[in-house]
Amino acid sequence: MNAKFVTAFAAVALATGAASAQSPVYSITPELEAAANREGKLVYYTSIDVKVAEDLAKAFEKRYPGIKVQVERNGAERQFSKIGQEYSSRIYNVDTVNSSDAAHFIYWKREGWLSPALPEEVAKNYPAGSFDPQGFFAPMRASMSVIAYNTTLVPAADAPKSFKDLLDPKWRGKLVKAHPGYSGTILTATFQIGRDLGWDYLEKLSGQQVMQVQSSTEPPRKVIAGERPVMADGNEYNVFLEKARNAPIEIVYPEEGTPLVIGPSGIMKNAKNPNAAKLFHAWSFSLEAQQLAVDVGGLRSFHPGVKEPAGRKPMSQIKLMKDDPEAVDKQVEEIKARYLRFFKT
Amino acid sequence: MSTASATIGTGRSRSPAGRDLSGPVLAATGFFLAALILLPIGWLAAYAFSNRAGEFTFANFVTLFNDPTLSEPLFTTMGLAFSVAFFAAVAATPLAWLVARTDLPARRVVRMLMTASFVTPPFLGAIAWEILAAPNSGILNKIWRDVTGSGDALFDVYTFPGLVFVIACYTAPYVFVVLTNALDRIPADLEDAAGILGASRWKVVVGITLPLALPALLAGALVAFLQAMTLFGSPAILAIPAGFHTVTTKIYSLFQFPPKPQVAAAAALPLLLVTVVLLWLQGRILGRRGYAVVGGKGGEPRLTALGVWRWPVFALVMAALALPLFLPYMALLKAAISRVPSGPFDPNNLTLANFSFVFFEFSQTRRAFSNTFLLALTSATAGTALALVIAYLVARRTDFGGRALEFLATAPIAIPGVVLGVGLFLAYTRGPVVLYGTLWILFFAFLTIELPAAFQQMRASFRGLHPELEEASRILGADRLGTLRRITAPLLKSGVIAGWCLIFIGVVRELSAAVMLASSNTKVLSVVIFDLNESGNLGAIAVIGVAMLVVTFAVVGFANWMSGVGAGPRLRAG
Repeated sequence: MNAKFVTAFAAVALATGAASAQSPVYSITPELEAAANREGKLVYYTSIDVKVAEDLAKAFEKRYPGIKVQVERNGAERQFSKIGQEYSSRIYNVDTVNSSDAAHFIYWKREGWLSPALPEEVAKNYPAGSFDPQGFFAPMRASMSVIAYNTTLVPAADAPKSFKDLLDPKWRGKLVKAHPGYSGTILTATFQIGRDLGWDYLEKLSGQQVMQVQSSTEPPRKVIAGERPVMADGNEYNVFLEKARNAPIEIVYPEEGTPLVIGPSGIMKNAKNPNAAKLFHAWSFSLEAQQLAVDVGGLRSFHPGVKEPAGRKPMSQIKLMKDDPEAVDKQVEEIKARYLRFFKT
Repeated sequence: MSTASATIGTGRSRSPAGRDLSGPVLAATGFFLAALILLPIGWLAAYAFSNRAGEFTFANFVTLFNDPTLSEPLFTTMGLAFSVAFFAAVAATPLAWLVARTDLPARRVVRMLMTASFVTPPFLGAIAWEILAAPNSGILNKIWRDVTGSGDALFDVYTFPGLVFVIACYTAPYVFVVLTNALDRIPADLEDAAGILGASRWKVVVGITLPLALPALLAGALVAFLQAMTLFGSPAILAIPAGFHTVTTKIYSLFQFPPKPQVAAAAALPLLLVTVVLLWLQGRILGRRGYAVVGGKGGEPRLTALGVWRWPVFALVMAALALPLFLPYMALLKAAISRVPSGPFDPNNLTLANFSFVFFEFSQTRRAFSNTFLLALTSATAGTALALVIAYLVARRTDFGGRALEFLATAPIAIPGVVLGVGLFLAYTRGPVVLYGTLWILFFAFLTIELPAAFQQMRASFRGLHPELEEASRILGADRLGTLRRITAPLLKSGVIAGWCLIFIGVVRELSAAVMLASSNTKVLSVVIFDLNESGNLGAIAVIGVAMLVVTFAVVGFANWMSGVGAGPRLRAG
């Protein structure tokens, strides 16, 4: 017992010692670029909207023409299952990963599946506390799960102002929402709503004949098509993108607060293309990439140098619900089970 | 036939050893088939009866039947399968009779179009029907509202009846094919006899023709039932927005985090059990009666003249074909060139962005196309060869070995795709042989799933081939292999091509096993389409779906052209 304890203690001490001895901070050097070029490709698992992901990948390929990015887009929760299956079968396809469920990184870090790599840009410029100090992950993007409505079907005066408004009988059969079993954004939002408004809110919402879709990228598409006039949740960034194309949709930031969804990125420990992954990882936190993610992806950024495009409400003026990936990590099974009980799928 | 006999006469084809190799071949094939089938099913059973620690338990089944979120999908699925089988049979019976037994105009075209709807993957049909009949944005419902001024939808595809309808659209062709094949083979003499004895035309149809076709109808309805019960794509696309699960979507969700493979395995076993029982019942009820009327004699089937009804009936048939074919394809083509798939047909909504996205931006397109068609070509070729060998052994050996082989080659029909997917996943994600993550696991899955249909096709071909010809060849001194090569093979060509096409088409449209087994580098088109559907990228799906069908038709057309058969494959499903 005693000996065991000592060994365990020694192991922990060694591990932390090693970690502190070797700083995870790195920057883009000519050596890294050359090594990345030799690998010539990287596999990027992400839960971001597939078009936005491919846009980012194309921008990187333009910047570093020798390296191809293979984008594998899935809903965060499906991606999480997929990585779990692959890693337990010792299949190491993924080089770098981005997920809209920050709790995944807590899990992967605990499993020892991540490699510490903190881009200098992040260490220097990003707000302290926004990234993992050991460098296992950092917030590549942020967004919110918002309410939105079709402006040709719903006059602005009639639009819901809050989550509570969605329980009004007049919205029965008129709502669409995404699924926490598929979307990391919705899992995160469901946790925050359950915590702040109580689970009985979600139970009542399930009585509204809500149309259930999977990805948080989809409700805006259903609203624009007129399939349902109002979305109860979904990506803010997809609404921005649709608005930029003059689609008839408007955002509502609910009075109770808007769920904040942070999408970290990390590098996998068994990456087959570790240098290309590091290069892509570092590039994706650069001002150039972050500004691109904001401009063409409709995302929010933690990079202090990023300029918000006109017409988008600055995040500082939005009442946010607090994110808490540690709690999500602990409660994920319970969240999914409750959701299944209410919404039947 | 006379050329064949002339060649035999020379007796040159004696192999050096001159031995009968069918014994060892039989043993090797039997062993291979047993491994192919027993390994995944064995793992499935092992998981279903064990807990997370690997100890024996019945707990998974207790959970299955006590937890309503698990037991409800079981009942839903049974209701779904019954409804689909019923409606598919009701829709396919008049169509099959009209095509096989009347002077309906353009009968050949109708047959071809039914085959085309068989080629359409059901999940693509389901997505097309979303565009057509989503309650508010669906094109048909919008037209309905504009025309009638009604506030309600004509038809809501996100409901249980909606799901039944969409699945029936793509299972009716199975019933149709089985039924027309039977109607083609019912000789005219019985009908003639009834006619001579004074029965009216309708009495002949109702009293003679249909009863003779009844076994085929039952067989077709059974195929429809099994299809509906085991389908994954259509329920995943339509039932989740509707707010319910089927067994297949439930099994799939049990593999999501936190994965419960033991419960998933337990949930898969009832599907297997129901399939086995139904196939056994079918065997008991039908025996060999369904095929007793096969024969070269009896002359051409008698065609009923439709008279003045010829063209109105033709219009009705075309209207029926609009449901699985014309409407969905128009919807997909429209979605391919639209920003909002179901949006208005105006310049603001027109775009080529879906094409540029699929062919120039989306990094999965090329790999998925090459994976899919590589797998389709290899599975079709290997599967045809395997089916040919088995069918030959089964047809020419009536001993126990032959019957055992026949059973093994037909057994996969009882294994739903999703069940096989779960089994293969459990078998090949851990040592000693890890195939998960490679194309091999998909190859084995497709080979197993498609084998029964190809085997039945080959067996039917062999049955049409009297052993006399081979016996003549053997008597004249040729050995078994030589006879196989020079007599049997040429006569089987059209059956072989049809079997090959059957597997090829089946692989391209397979989703339920592929979705369990594909990983990022081994994704096939069906899985890519499924992924895109989960985020609602319908425009991109339309482009990929149409491109996929164009390639499929081209390959199938080329295979038929090569064979010189010309008339297109005679599909013998079920």
